[in-house]
Amino acid sequence: MGNTIMRILHYCRAYWHDLILAIICTLIGVSLSLIVPVMIGEAVDYAVGVNQVDFAGLGKIVFVLGIMIFISTGFQFLSGLLINRLAFGTVKDLRSELTAKLENMPVSYIDGHARGDIMARVISDIEILSDGLLQGFAQLFTGIVTIIGTLVFMLTINVKITLIVVLMTPLSLIAAAKITALSHNAFQKQSELRGNIGALTEELVGSQKLVKAFAYEERAEKRFSVLNEQLGEAGLKATFFSSISNPLTRFINGLIYAAVGTVGALGAIGVLPWVGKMTVGSLASFLAFSNQYTKPFNEISGVIAELQNAVSCAQRVFEVLDAESEPDDSQKETLLSCNGNLAFEQVEFSYLPEKPLIQQFSMEAHKGQKIAIVGTTGCGKSTIINLILRFYEIHSGKISIDGRSTKEFTRDSLRKQFGMVLQETWIFTGTAAENIAYGKPDATREEIIQAAKAAYADGFIRRLPNGYDTVISEQSGLSQGQKQLLCIARIMLTNPPMLILDEATSSIDLRTEHRIQRAFEKLMQGKTSFVIAHRLSTIQNADLILVMKDGNVIEQGTHNSLMKENGFYAELYQSQFAG
Amino acid sequence: MQKLLKFLKPYKRICIIAPICKLSEAILELIVPVIMARIIDIGIANQDKAYIFKMCGLIVFMGICGLSFALTCQYLAAKCAFGYGTDLRKALYEHINQLSETEIDRLGTSTLINRITNDVTASQSGVNMFIRLASRAPFLVIGAIIMVLILDVKLALIFLIIAPIVGLLLYFVMSRTIPLYAENQKKLDIIARHTGENLDGVRVIRAFSRQKQETDIFRKECEDLEKSMLIAGKISAVLNPLTFMVMNLGIVAVLWFGGVHVNTGMLSQGDLTAFTNYMTQILLAMVALANLIVILTKAQASSLRVAEILETESSMQEGKEPVEENFSEEIIAFEGVSFSYAGAGDKALENISFNLKKGQTLGIIGGTGSGKSTLGSLIIRSYDATEGEIRIFGKNIQRYALKELRKKIGVVPQKAVLFTGTIRENLQLADEAITEPDMWKALNIAQAEFVKNLQYQLNTHLVQGGKNLSGGQKQRLTIARALAGKPEILILDDSMSALDYATDAKLRKELNEQCREITKVIISQRATSLMNADVILVLDEGKCAGIGTHEELLENCEIYQEIWNSQMQTGA
Repeated sequence: MGNTIMRILHYCRAYWHDLILAIICTLIGVSLSLIVPVMIGEAVDYAVGVNQVDFAGLGKIVFVLGIMIFISTGFQFLSGLLINRLAFGTVKDLRSELTAKLENMPVSYIDGHARGDIMARVISDIEILSDGLLQGFAQLFTGIVTIIGTLVFMLTINVKITLIVVLMTPLSLIAAAKITALSHNAFQKQSELRGNIGALTEELVGSQKLVKAFAYEERAEKRFSVLNEQLGEAGLKATFFSSISNPLTRFINGLIYAAVGTVGALGAIGVLPWVGKMTVGSLASFLAFSNQYTKPFNEISGVIAELQNAVSCAQRVFEVLDAESEPDDSQKETLLSCNGNLAFEQVEFSYLPEKPLIQQFSMEAHKGQKIAIVGTTGCGKSTIINLILRFYEIHSGKISIDGRSTKEFTRDSLRKQFGMVLQETWIFTGTAAENIAYGKPDATREEIIQAAKAAYADGFIRRLPNGYDTVISEQSGLSQGQKQLLCIARIMLTNPPMLILDEATSSIDLRTEHRIQRAFEKLMQGKTSFVIAHRLSTIQNADLILVMKDGNVIEQGTHNSLMKENGFYAELYQSQFAG
Repeated sequence: MQKLLKFLKPYKRICIIAPICKLSEAILELIVPVIMARIIDIGIANQDKAYIFKMCGLIVFMGICGLSFALTCQYLAAKCAFGYGTDLRKALYEHINQLSETEIDRLGTSTLINRITNDVTASQSGVNMFIRLASRAPFLVIGAIIMVLILDVKLALIFLIIAPIVGLLLYFVMSRTIPLYAENQKKLDIIARHTGENLDGVRVIRAFSRQKQETDIFRKECEDLEKSMLIAGKISAVLNPLTFMVMNLGIVAVLWFGGVHVNTGMLSQGDLTAFTNYMTQILLAMVALANLIVILTKAQASSLRVAEILETESSMQEGKEPVEENFSEEIIAFEGVSFSYAGAGDKALENISFNLKKGQTLGIIGGTGSGKSTLGSLIIRSYDATEGEIRIFGKNIQRYALKELRKKIGVVPQKAVLFTGTIRENLQLADEAITEPDMWKALNIAQAEFVKNLQYQLNTHLVQGGKNLSGGQKQRLTIARALAGKPEILILDDSMSALDYATDAKLRKELNEQCREITKVIISQRATSLMNADVILVLDEGKCAGIGTHEELLENCEIYQEIWNSQMQTGA
């Protein structure tokens, strides 16, 4: 936990000037506010009795008091602003870093973690941390200044009793620390459950249509409810345990107060000579200051639940930040252009070590060729794409581009050589034009429209309420086929040297598909392309057809040679004419 | 907001007892200085050691009493807050389940998720804080006001001037910051949506090497949020110091006018000291209150967001009738049905009519965006037709209870979505009571024998969205899932697109042979997949371009001929 706090502070470093200014402002603001009661006392001394009021003296002190109040107010306000800047700035940095980190995470990490849980970390956990920082800093600064200020006042009255106070203070700190440690686990459990419920909510609400279509509502609600109850219990436990510390510090403060009173009183009647001289008046002010002194401990322990919560949320954030990124490859060579010769040599790969998938896979694609990958579902076709684009790294063997291992280049520059359209469409919230220009943000409207026309998307885009400027998203009522057309338009715009089409036209009607095929053919001229398709008609003219089964290539050749072989491919081919 | 208060009702008793505990603690705390005064006045004055010890023992005893009161309050506050939060979260989720697609589409899922998770939590901690802290401050203020009124009514007028000023201040800050906090939450929604989209599109983003730009957009969004938080924070930051200032200026006024009163003999010096002491106490309580209000404002903004959803009514009127066992032969009938999405100009479907008898198959074919999927979603009443009538099992679709209706319909959506959990749990989506033999039967028909070869078979755990399966495997599981529920109607929305032709053909054969009783609606791009259907509906931009059997359409529907020929040509 200490480490986490140090790390949070590390993120505050960028705002050290705000930090220092905030401390100074708090120092001035709080010390002035500490003097105010002293001056009020003095002012009262000017009003002794009937006709014995020194109005000149009273007026002077009231005037000074007024000015001090104004100054103190100003500084308190400033310190509030500075703490806001410090906390919000830190949170902004942390969230930016976290989202940046996600962009550099291996694809396997994203694939392997629940979307809702990752989102809970980016959104809720950082929000809670933000609240914690704000309260933590505000209380901490005021607290420290108050403690030091009152210590000084107390020391001027009686050193020995001050020592008693200072020696007893750790009692409340120890108590607070013990409780904090005890409730730490409960807090971790709470934030973990919060992540789980985030993931479940995300899944259920995200697939609301499915839940409804299957009349699954009641059981979905039951699932939600079970987790929700657990979260409620964990939260109750965590909050209650940690909120014990506040009354406990208050109790200990009460003990300190009683001790000071006893010792002071005994000192005053001379029973304890070592205490030194103690008048009734000085005992009264000492008691007042000791009350002030213990107050910050009380206040800090009052928000301890929030602070602890913040720390365990921060831990979850750091967990992601500490996960291994894709190795930095900025030192590697940038692949500026390529001829488009791609080869697999003895490649082995599997997602799970115990379940081998791609074994001893070899193939060669030459510049300008169209390579088709066919096979039954689940045979590893899409995995090949994961490997070519290095979303996943191969375990052994080599994938080379123009004779050089793809690992010699930066991942980004390698991927830029490919245009990829997947069966799973991806539309982000933005205008239709922005979606098309995703791979080429500086494209002109003219280019965008050309690309849309080439992908036969122009027609339906124009019919949208605001044409190309209509904001669209995954949920905005576009059909699956229309989304695919948009994804194809993206590629038409970037015009990369190599193409990967994974069932890119599966949801598009055949008439449109044929037109797009023609457009693709134009686009693919002189380029190497990899096509995965079930409609074998679309790949008949491929230069090389790889027929895969269970992670291996079992047949390869052209359409004609494979038909002659009368093997698995021929069987697949015949089946599409069966009614 | 009324809606949310309802959730505190079960905890009414706690809401009363907890503050009482807190008050008792506060009273004990206030008595301590009185006892200390007696130690000074009696103990020290009489040099009475025993008295001093006795009284200090009393202080410690009162401390213990105070501690137990406080602990009770803390426990009750937490119990109430978490009870409230848990109930609210549950109710919110259940309410969202009641909403129709139209509302879900309009609100967007990312904000709904955010409201279930973040906003409920914020509202919950607001309740916790409120119970723990709020009861103390008003008590101290009221007590102190009574005391100052007793001491000097005229001087107390100063307080009566200050109180409204502080009140106005609180009102000003609250009314200004609530919309600002709501704005912050909106910005947070944007970041949430963007994060979600980036997780979904991880491959596309990397294929286009756009990570840097995405990171930049994120940074901008975070900065935007920061700016907006700073604005709200600025106004909140005013509150505490200004309260401090107004109250202290009040004390200054008390000192001056109090001095005048002392001079004329209306007030003694001791009373003046007491007066300023009480004013200080009011000040501290007010500042505590101001702090609390800053925290509560944020909770309030979140509570409003939650209430907003709870107040959203479903635009769909649900019927009450169950589906009768012996329904008519006519299973699905559309009569002049038109539909347009909320906010969209063009009609997605226009004047569609057809009739389907038990066991028949309807094929729907048409261009991209021609309204095929929309038609499917009307059959399960995701949306209501804007014109015309839809009859299911012989009755108007709107007369059925939605769950009853949907239990009889098996849907295979275009996007193959599976839930986290075992394959068994996924297959039991329609009904928990589905038996293992039924599951295997469904898997067999759906050509999903691969489950047999998995190490844990039906107990294989699927990670979120079924990421550990291939597209085709997922699709076959979604088909099996729909079949396992033994539906009367089966809707296949282009759900064989990820299957190769061989599997596709086998699947259709099995469907025809083993599910004769089921009325099927098959949406597909592949004309061959539909050619055996009893009725084929050809859609073109939402309109019916032809309806009939394969042979009829080949004869008289131009679009169908075109589709068929193009597929056969390149196929052959």
